[in-house]
Amino acid sequence: MILIIDTCRDKDSLHALEFVRPITDILTECAMVHFTEITTEIINAADKIIISGSPLKEIGYSDHLKFFNWIKDYNKPLMGICNGMQIIGMTHGCELKEVTEIGPTTITKLRDDPLVDSLKKLEVYELHNYCINLPDNFKLLAESDKCIQIIKHKEKSMYGTTFHPEVMNKELITAFSEL
Amino acid sequence: MKLASLFSGGKDSVLGLYKANTKHDVVCLITIESENKESYMFHTPNISLTQTQSEALDLPLIKVKTKGEKEKELAELKQAIQQAIDEHQIEGIVTGTVASTYQASRVQRICNELNIWCFNPLWQMDQLELLHDLVENKFEVYIAGVFAYPFGEEWLGKTINSDTIAKLKQMQEELKINPAGEGGEIETFVTDCPAFKKKIIITKYSTEYDNYAGVFNIEETKLEEK
Repeated sequence: MILIIDTCRDKDSLHALEFVRPITDILTECAMVHFTEITTEIINAADKIIISGSPLKEIGYSDHLKFFNWIKDYNKPLMGICNGMQIIGMTHGCELKEVTEIGPTTITKLRDDPLVDSLKKLEVYELHNYCINLPDNFKLLAESDKCIQIIKHKEKSMYGTTFHPEVMNKELITAFSEL
Repeated sequence: MKLASLFSGGKDSVLGLYKANTKHDVVCLITIESENKESYMFHTPNISLTQTQSEALDLPLIKVKTKGEKEKELAELKQAIQQAIDEHQIEGIVTGTVASTYQASRVQRICNELNIWCFNPLWQMDQLELLHDLVENKFEVYIAGVFAYPFGEEWLGKTINSDTIAKLKQMQEELKINPAGEGGEIETFVTDCPAFKKKIIITKYSTEYDNYAGVFNIEETKLEEK
């Protein structure tokens, strides 16, 4: 079972229809939990986890990192989308930096990888005012002219995408579900 | 949170408004009436009737007419949203955007510049699910324009119900049309839904049709108590 973690500020928010439902619609079987309701039992029950993105105006996740302490020790496949990738980065010591990209953007592939190779096109949908630098122990798989775009942990199946694959690159979510 | 609805009067903008109202308060409508029939952002048949829909919804309407020059109409949209902020103290807008990254990214940029929230509750929604959502929630939706093969004149003025959805689904399977018209195949006009305080009755209309393109022109309406 794939667990989707909703990172929108409020539980059951209108924004969940925009940032979580498009991911669940791609997957045949998944469960969803709001980030404030994560428990060790819920994390352990999942085979894979996707951490969702959230709206442009929602910032300040450094206050919420206590809900994500489990990430550093997580060894099953994990993917963070936009804000989800920022959370992965912050749990690995990164700080946020202001970089805005909104709308379709072309990325450059830097390394082969099952997820990167699944992309049918390199045009992706961006929606962010912040980004991270490459965390320690991660490798850079793709970038845009403004910031890093796809990262992967050097030893684990732990991924991050700055863009939103659920919009223009749904095959990447499917490829993650098949890891 | 007080929101403005970016409102065309078609099924998507009204469904977006309806969903937004379950969590927030939509307090006004914003309509951009483009004279440019090629406008990717705003053109739709019967856009002049959003005034009637605003009365049916009992919500004030901010209406801006534009010549539809590509980036200028975005500046006009930004001004209209600023007007909604000033007059109605909105903190965000809600759209009915389903799949257009062109529309979505432009509206997101404007909201980002104005530092307000942007809600797109239909974003990436399956088109057949969207159509069923309309029927389940008792929306009355007329097909107000057809713009692609194989839509015949008989589609103009049809309402969306389980029969029309079944036909649209069949056309999707056989001809790969977008069943909810996301590719511009059909345009729609909403006369009633749970958010409407009064129902719109169409009392006079005409149709124009030629070579798989046609419009259902709503010429006269009246409001009926519900």
